[in-house]
Amino acid sequence: MKSKAFFSVIILFAVAVWPGVLPAYAQEMKLSDFSFASESAWLWIVLLIVSVLFVVAMLLRRKVTELRKSYQNQKQEDDSDKLKEHIDRFNSQQIEKLLQYKKTKRSGVLFQVSWLLLAFTLFSVNTGWAQDASTTGESSLLGEGGIVITLVLVLIPILAGFILLMIKIGNAINQQKNKMRLEEASKLAGYLKDLPDEEIDAVLKKRKKALDYALTNHELSGTEPAEDSKGLLSITREPGLPIVSVKKKALPRPNIDPALARLVLGYLVCATCWLLFGTTVGQYVGIKFVAPDADHVSWLSFGRLRPVHTNAVFWGWASLAMIGLGYYIVPRVSNIKLYSMRMGWYALYLINASVLLGTISLMAGINNGGGEYREYIWPIMLLFGLGLALTLINFLRTIARRATTEIYISNWYMVSAIIFTIVISLAAYIPYWQNGLGETIIQGYYMHQGVGMWFMLFTLGIVYYFLPQQLNKPIYSYSLGILAFWTQILFYTLIGTHHFVFSAIPWWLQTVAIVGSAGMAIPVIAGTTNFLMTFKGAWYKVKDSYTLPFFLAGIIFYFTGSMQGTAEAFRFTNLAWHFTDFTVAHSHLTMYGIICFFLWACVYTIVPRLTGREAPQITMGAHFWLALIGLMFYSIPLMYGGTLKGLLWMQGKPFMEGVTLMAPYWLWRAIGGSLMWLSHLFFAYNMYKMIVRRNVVDVREAAIQKLQYEMEETPEPVV
Amino acid sequence: MELFDNHKKLFTTATLLFVGLTWLVAISPAIRNQQNNKPLPAWKEPEQDVVKGKALFIANGCVACHTQQVRNVEMDKVWGSRPSLAADYAGISRTDFWRNTATLMGTERTGPDLTDVGNRQPSKDWNLVHLYNPRIVVKESVMPAYPWLFTIKKEPLEKDVVVNVPEAFLSKKEGKVVAKPEALYLLAYLQSLKQTSLPENKAVPGFLYPQQKKNAAGGSPAEEALADGQTLYAANCQACHQANGEGLPGAFPPLKGSPVVEGDNLELYVDIIMNGYDARQEYGAMPPVGTNMQFTEKEVTAIINYERSSWSNGAKNVTAEDIKKVMDVLQQKINTK
Repeated sequence: MKSKAFFSVIILFAVAVWPGVLPAYAQEMKLSDFSFASESAWLWIVLLIVSVLFVVAMLLRRKVTELRKSYQNQKQEDDSDKLKEHIDRFNSQQIEKLLQYKKTKRSGVLFQVSWLLLAFTLFSVNTGWAQDASTTGESSLLGEGGIVITLVLVLIPILAGFILLMIKIGNAINQQKNKMRLEEASKLAGYLKDLPDEEIDAVLKKRKKALDYALTNHELSGTEPAEDSKGLLSITREPGLPIVSVKKKALPRPNIDPALARLVLGYLVCATCWLLFGTTVGQYVGIKFVAPDADHVSWLSFGRLRPVHTNAVFWGWASLAMIGLGYYIVPRVSNIKLYSMRMGWYALYLINASVLLGTISLMAGINNGGGEYREYIWPIMLLFGLGLALTLINFLRTIARRATTEIYISNWYMVSAIIFTIVISLAAYIPYWQNGLGETIIQGYYMHQGVGMWFMLFTLGIVYYFLPQQLNKPIYSYSLGILAFWTQILFYTLIGTHHFVFSAIPWWLQTVAIVGSAGMAIPVIAGTTNFLMTFKGAWYKVKDSYTLPFFLAGIIFYFTGSMQGTAEAFRFTNLAWHFTDFTVAHSHLTMYGIICFFLWACVYTIVPRLTGREAPQITMGAHFWLALIGLMFYSIPLMYGGTLKGLLWMQGKPFMEGVTLMAPYWLWRAIGGSLMWLSHLFFAYNMYKMIVRRNVVDVREAAIQKLQYEMEETPEPVV
Repeated sequence: MELFDNHKKLFTTATLLFVGLTWLVAISPAIRNQQNNKPLPAWKEPEQDVVKGKALFIANGCVACHTQQVRNVEMDKVWGSRPSLAADYAGISRTDFWRNTATLMGTERTGPDLTDVGNRQPSKDWNLVHLYNPRIVVKESVMPAYPWLFTIKKEPLEKDVVVNVPEAFLSKKEGKVVAKPEALYLLAYLQSLKQTSLPENKAVPGFLYPQQKKNAAGGSPAEEALADGQTLYAANCQACHQANGEGLPGAFPPLKGSPVVEGDNLELYVDIIMNGYDARQEYGAMPPVGTNMQFTEKEVTAIINYERSSWSNGAKNVTAEDIKKVMDVLQQKINTK
């Protein structure tokens, strides 16, 4: 039943996405034909919404018929029979109360009124919701493939809302049923009241005696007290108030090389520091949109700090966290020790040095020429490259000596990511093809490969290890993973220049980039399906795990964020969205929504295994929810405002109108950014709790020690 | 499978695929562009001041918000008279041993595109005031202020370039704001940003996605012309003369109650719009906005009528025919010179 529902959701996705993509392909072929008449596209959208409403209506209808039937049954049945039946069903306590009542002849059924009121309010709220949800907007924009896809992606959470609505309505119906039951109860009460006392007393007393019969519970065990001679039981004496739901503890894993554990923790701690630093800078830069005169210091001006933020979170936080997790996975899935611990540490030093020097030089006004993520000058980026090279050698040597026949797919992704990133950096920093437009073509290639071939590929590799491990079952389909791997290489490599659509770079190259962006649907859908299907049959684990919600959020953003990237690449959507804040929202949805959530999931998985200590659940929950809600506050206003700004530009309105238009959305962005930043403080605190051994006095241990000490102090009695 | 279980074969295959595609979509097109494109004949090597100014532009990360590319779509027409071509960037090469080529095309347009800003906003006074603090001249601006490009002097020397900053923006410092050489370099760079003209026999490439002209269904022609005038004013005049028409004391003269705007000397009025003005000591020089932006008589008429009927101005409207005549006379005068 569950899988059936899942498939119907998949089909809905497919129905929703393809009509959007197909017209866009058609548009590609007729380049100048801008006014592609696409009533069909928005008809599909309306169809989608109508079909969802239809499903909701059908389900509702079923519920209502059910309700009506039970109501009719109640009317038709012979009342006295049914009421008599109830007498046989009373339990002992009820009988006792009834007997007492019979003595005192008092009645109290006041609370019925409150039930009625509650049911009424719930119903009225729900009908209001249903009306809101059913209205749909229409405009000529809906004809554009990219916009349709984005709308569909926005619809996904709305669909989730529909499901919530169904649950609410179900509750309301339940209330209604309860009301009917209460009516029946009052009838029963009347019936009982009217029964002659002697008769009922005899019957009830007999019944109570029968009900009260119980075994002594000592028939098998005897009366001796229990003894746990083998120490099998562990009983918590005081569970306390459940402020947060109790999740499963991480299982301590035996035989992790302490040296390797130190190395992995070294990477993760450095990464956390760069996350805190990088997002503090990002937060400040975001505030500057609202308060541009916050400071007048050259080292802190917007243009200098913006690349400090992006590079610190890219090369400092995400890269170090990824590599650190890689150092855990590669030896483990190869079933052998890491080739060289020392090389691992050197790589960590090199990368840290690179980000530190890069940050200082950017703030001092030394940068490579303004290409995004290519702001570090080559001597500084070289340090990062050397760190990658050391890591590559280390991983390859480990894999070469592996004790398993196959190379687990995580290693495909991670090792390829490192190789590709070295290739990308070489392409970006070797000067022989960088003059004139050459620089722009390379820049488009570099900035997108950096995101897709380094962060995405490596993170997918990590997820292919940790997700199955956390669900305690194998990945759904190894072949899908392989398909996603090769198609990711094939399509992702092509899409770089979609950042320069309509610019002076060759038209054919722009078209290739757009086609490649559409092709990215294949690896993204393959990956999403693979991850979600791995959850199949293990969904119940989500509620008692603190890592799986992070994974789930990452998977959802992997789908929506990546597909949004495809939608953005089309020529029309480029008109509306390119150069606006929409791009900023998109890069945060992906780098933050996908990469960061996955990384946090994996960090929370691995650190307790390495240290044996866990973070408090409440701060872990605070981290998750603040990050998620913050990201939504951050990205949705920017997407909305960015679209409005783009449309304003298309109408040829003065530029400043766009700036004043964005002001409230920039404020929302700063608010969302603050929530995200706050969540990182919680993350850092959690890291501290997981890693640092606290000096807490163990009462029992201390008592024993004291006794031992006293024993040593007192001189032995002379015999 | 053999390929999948042999790490050498697996990773070599993946690397070759990736490198091959990289060659195809990045390196080979880059090399071809570098070799095949030459700068336009009218292009000149930038001067020393401009080079220094560009270095400052790069150092301060201005490209984070300002693009330098006019895309071949109609909506970008406001940023230049023609789409940018590969040839426009062909003259740019590696900055120095440490730093890469900077075409500065950019990916975000939080601020205006600067491809042609040297034509659009050449005023020295405006640019310096705007660099000192953009909010002096554009209230809603979110651009950073660059006060470290300026110093405060009690008694500026004669050769010093004094910038007229209102007291509210001086944060209680006493003295005159004087532009440091850095500010002047940056100014030189901004003023140098102009689209190079194409050779005479070359057709100007067109813009894609043309805007559909609105029908006059929404209002009478007169109303539309006025609205158009407001848009033109906002785009071309407002930065100096301000939205309220009051200008900026000591820098840009007011148009509200201005005798030129409300008077009958259309020749002077049109001459100022088209060819600039520098007759009054107390104000900065006005650049030839109309000529730079290639205003038509209709656009000039719209601007004049907007200025004559806005704020508390109440002068008679002019017609496009009158302005056409005045413009022809002015053109003849220039030609005879």
